[in-house]
Amino acid sequence: MIADIFFYIFSVVLLLSAAIVVSARNPVHSVLFLILAFFNAAALFLIAGAEFLAFVLLIVYVGAVAVLFMFVVMMLDVNFAELRSGFQRYLPVGATVGAILLAELLGLEAGWQIAPEASTLRLSPAPSGVQNTVALGQLIYTDYIFLFQAAGIILLVAMIGAIVLTLRDRKTMRYQDIRVQNTRRPADTLALVRMGLGSGVKPESYYRPHIPEPAGFVEEPHGHGPAGPGGH
Amino acid sequence: MSGFLATPVGQLALVVGEALALLVPLLIIVAFLTYAERKILAAIQLRKGPNVVGPFGLMQPFADALKMMMKETIIPSGANPLLFLFAPMLTFVLAMMAWAVIPVNEGWAIANINVGILYLFAISSLGVYGVMIAGWASNSEYAFLGALRSAAQMVSYEVSLGFVIVTVLLCAGSLNLSDIVLAQRNIWFAIPLFPMFVVFIISMLAETNRSPFDLPEGESEIVAGFFVEYSSLAFGLFFLGEYANMVLMSGMATILFLGGWMGPFGLWPALGPIWFLLKVCFFLFIFVWVRGTLPRYRYDQLMRLGWKVFLPLSLAWLVITAGVLVGAGWLPKLPAPV
Amino acid sequence: MLQRGSRAGGFLLAWKRGIDGVLAHYWPILVFIVIAAVIGAGMIGGALIAAPRAPYPEKLSAYECGFEAFEDARRRFDVRYYLVSILFIIFDLEVAFLFPWAVSLSSIGQLGFWSMVVFLGVLTVGFIYEWRKGALEWQ
Repeated sequence: MIADIFFYIFSVVLLLSAAIVVSARNPVHSVLFLILAFFNAAALFLIAGAEFLAFVLLIVYVGAVAVLFMFVVMMLDVNFAELRSGFQRYLPVGATVGAILLAELLGLEAGWQIAPEASTLRLSPAPSGVQNTVALGQLIYTDYIFLFQAAGIILLVAMIGAIVLTLRDRKTMRYQDIRVQNTRRPADTLALVRMGLGSGVKPESYYRPHIPEPAGFVEEPHGHGPAGPGGH
Repeated sequence: MSGFLATPVGQLALVVGEALALLVPLLIIVAFLTYAERKILAAIQLRKGPNVVGPFGLMQPFADALKMMMKETIIPSGANPLLFLFAPMLTFVLAMMAWAVIPVNEGWAIANINVGILYLFAISSLGVYGVMIAGWASNSEYAFLGALRSAAQMVSYEVSLGFVIVTVLLCAGSLNLSDIVLAQRNIWFAIPLFPMFVVFIISMLAETNRSPFDLPEGESEIVAGFFVEYSSLAFGLFFLGEYANMVLMSGMATILFLGGWMGPFGLWPALGPIWFLLKVCFFLFIFVWVRGTLPRYRYDQLMRLGWKVFLPLSLAWLVITAGVLVGAGWLPKLPAPV
Repeated sequence: MLQRGSRAGGFLLAWKRGIDGVLAHYWPILVFIVIAAVIGAGMIGGALIAAPRAPYPEKLSAYECGFEAFEDARRRFDVRYYLVSILFIIFDLEVAFLFPWAVSLSSIGQLGFWSMVVFLGVLTVGFIYEWRKGALEWQ
């Protein structure tokens, strides 16, 4: 009884927040409602007894994926009014794609066959006496080993793809090379100069430490044009 | 009386009572933590610290709270008012709600859930939202920069924190926090997993944005980071949340590595909560001690430490631990059926 | 239609199992959240009510070191921050895969152990790649 009430509360909030995600004007609000939707989905998992999935949903989707979304909408400064201006133009194409997807989903649902023993199997989702997480662990790494390894390879591709797509090596960056720093001796960089009284220091007599520039380093041109912001 | 407690209303009343019995002491501990921090820092710097309000200045935190209460809540004109006030609340609520699963003594956890450590890990990964929302809603350069730094920093150390937790799980064989503590009956995990213990302590400093990783606040460069625009109790809630997070991370470290409520060598088992509190205080002292001793990290060095040192180190240690446990057949047996 | 009905029936039964088994442990957390939220909201609301409020435009302007803000604070930032969060997602997933493995290792034996080692090995290849490419470098 109580579970039913909670179920309806969580699913109503889930659907409402999902609706706000697509209708909110401010993208940051969209992301926040997306997070709320994730929370309610996690609560539904909990009610269904899937503890591990509920918390992995929170850890991975709320704790990591939504953080990335947040980064993007907060900091990418996309002009959303401009984006929306193309709405009319793309409407026919978008509507067509949506309609095709909907038709496919309906077709899938209509042709859905349920194995006769499925409904009885569903009543015992986990072997009794074994915790949810342990039951998952007993299956993933041995029975579904190929899918598991495929997941690993997909993650590898994702990692490489992210780097290839986003990493632009600007040649003007100076990195800290810890090894070079730690292997430097005082004698390499420091010299004591005995000065005669009143003779002064000629600029050439300064010793400059020799620091090897990183490979491919290009000195940034320091042109201060007349239209530049000027000194502070 | 027992009949009343069996009814749903009685159960609710019981849980509310338990929750208050945990939250009120927690808030008092947090209040005195601010006092203790000022006293310890003062001692490190050969000063006296707060000593005017009450005996030894003990009433100082309450005076501070009252003062903050009486201050004007300023909501900047460019800010998003709702989110601006929501951010400190979120930080505070997250820091508080994590305590629902922490066992202070055998069987004392308010919600003794099967996947307690996952719950804590999830909550600590949500902490980044309070900071990001605050930085964005303030619409101020400093706040924004602080939030950005903080988010990247917390996220970077979250990974090695996860690996450390998994290493402990390998030795404990359960996700339940009480089981993890009980698995340390013979030896606290701090001893066999000492490198992980060190990684955890340092990551915990970074997760809570404490010195030497306090770049998000960096008062000497970006004034106060993400909460520069906050005043009054909105600021107070951030403050409380930050300190409650310190207490929380200390509690986590106690459970994962120092045997929770168990005394050393099984000494005085009746004193469970006292042992727990003492261990938490030990970690809190480390927090303050580090703040009084170490200079602030540079941002590139901070990222380097997280990604290039802690990540490979904790991953390697994880695999080695698993290999030793499997090879020697020391794996913990599966927990008894529930 | 009959099939659909039995499907929903099985689902409902699973819910009913849930309240006895799992939810019984979780609803104190809900109570906890509510109490913490009430305390937090009470503090902010109390300060809003109790403290005097006298705003004027200068007080409400964003903090800068004495001058007007040049531009809106919300603007583009270095792409490295995005890269960090993408890499974090990948490693976080890795950690998520490790959790069930860690608690069930005693019952899945050598095969389970080596399958995880291979999985981690594949991701270590990616990690070495990003290290060599300088994706972990900050200037």
